[in-house]
Amino acid sequence: MRWLFLGQTKVRIPTDWRIPVAVGARQRRLDPTCMLAIVMAAWSILAPARSGAEERRPVPVLPGHTFQSAESQRLQNDDGANPGMLWVEQGAALWTAPAEVSGKSCASCHGDAAQSMKGVAARYPAVETQTGRLLNIELRINQCRTANQGAPALAWESDALLGLTAFVSWQSLGLPKTVHIDGPARPFFEAGRTFFAERQGQLNVACTLCHDDNAGRRLRGDLISQGQTEGWPAYRLEWQKLGSLSRRIRACSMGVRAEILDFGAPEYLALELYLAWRGEGLALSSPGVRR
Amino acid sequence: MRAQSQNHVVIPASCEARASSAKAGTYVRVEGKRRVSWVPAFAGMTLVFGAAVVMPNDCQAETAGIAAYRIVGDAIPEPLTGTAGDAVRGRRIVLDRATGNCLICHKVPEPDEPFQGELGPDLAGVGARLNSGALRLRIVDQSRLNPATVMPPYHRVENLRRVASQYQGKPVLAAQDIEDVVAYLGHLK
Repeated sequence: MRWLFLGQTKVRIPTDWRIPVAVGARQRRLDPTCMLAIVMAAWSILAPARSGAEERRPVPVLPGHTFQSAESQRLQNDDGANPGMLWVEQGAALWTAPAEVSGKSCASCHGDAAQSMKGVAARYPAVETQTGRLLNIELRINQCRTANQGAPALAWESDALLGLTAFVSWQSLGLPKTVHIDGPARPFFEAGRTFFAERQGQLNVACTLCHDDNAGRRLRGDLISQGQTEGWPAYRLEWQKLGSLSRRIRACSMGVRAEILDFGAPEYLALELYLAWRGEGLALSSPGVRR
Repeated sequence: MRAQSQNHVVIPASCEARASSAKAGTYVRVEGKRRVSWVPAFAGMTLVFGAAVVMPNDCQAETAGIAAYRIVGDAIPEPLTGTAGDAVRGRRIVLDRATGNCLICHKVPEPDEPFQGELGPDLAGVGARLNSGALRLRIVDQSRLNPATVMPPYHRVENLRRVASQYQGKPVLAAQDIEDVVAYLGHLK
């Protein structure tokens, strides 16, 4: 009920897995690992052999919450309990807040975000036509602020930028991820694919080794995900706050003892594009909840 | 002589000297007295298995304290240092998240360790399956046996990309760490 101010009804797709149990009418929640194993086993029988195409996607593509605990999934699905919604709320307030000098707000040009922003986050990262730059949502927001609002760019991981990013993403809730990878986007896509496949860091591992070859297995106690991005920005329990996809990728760099690149670094942006393509079709679910 | 035999990490006076000695083929490992009798045996095995003598091949490796070693078959038969491995210390390295962190990928028979990985083989009984030389090579650089491996090279500083500055030129584990881990794993029978 507290999200009625958003002016629209959003229905979240349930992500906690339930199967009917023969005894009585009760339903029983399956352990995510168990369910994952069933899905993967079923798919390996039903799906045609993986093509040898150089552009490799996971089969089947599984959303990030699949690899989270039942409790995290429950939090993500309950807008009243999902802590990430606090940032969506902040973003909603910022959407109509006039910038200091120009007096323009996001709404001054874009009007009702529920209309104007619907489906936008699902198409990002995208190449900006005028400049040829690859922008993610955060960079696009800041581009709008500096060019159109006459306002300073918001700092990476500031509550304001996270809030606006989460609010814009929220307008695409449930819509499938679809990005352009051809034309001017192609070099960025290729760079992202290369970054994903190359070993790096003192531990000399590549993204693909964990997120393609070992997704669904446990690293320490945690299930390795496919590295899908449809739930980002997400509230990470480890951070006790919402964080950007860039921040999550930086954590991976740290994990393999590789150089941690700056927010907005070309390599990370290219990677975001590649990851978005890799998860095409997944329904956007930001703000996700992650361990 | 004694000091060198205690430690097989060979750090020449200069990189130039090291390079010229390698070219001339005069680079030899200093063997401790205890192992001198092994030399003819290794010579024979070299003929059979085609042993590869692996040396740090640039200045970076030398200053990083990378031990010289040779691969025979699927093993590094000789210890990297002159100090026998300490299994108790090795266990600590295996379990510690900041050093070996082996449990991120492997299971070990340690009931008090609740979170164990499942990417690599279960290490229960590994000491019965692999001798210490085979264990040593797998920890030093598993990619020599399987180029597609996900297992990091724990004692290598070459051919790495985008290494964070604080880890540049440093192996994950020092030569003595490797020996200690080998000693611990050897006990898992």
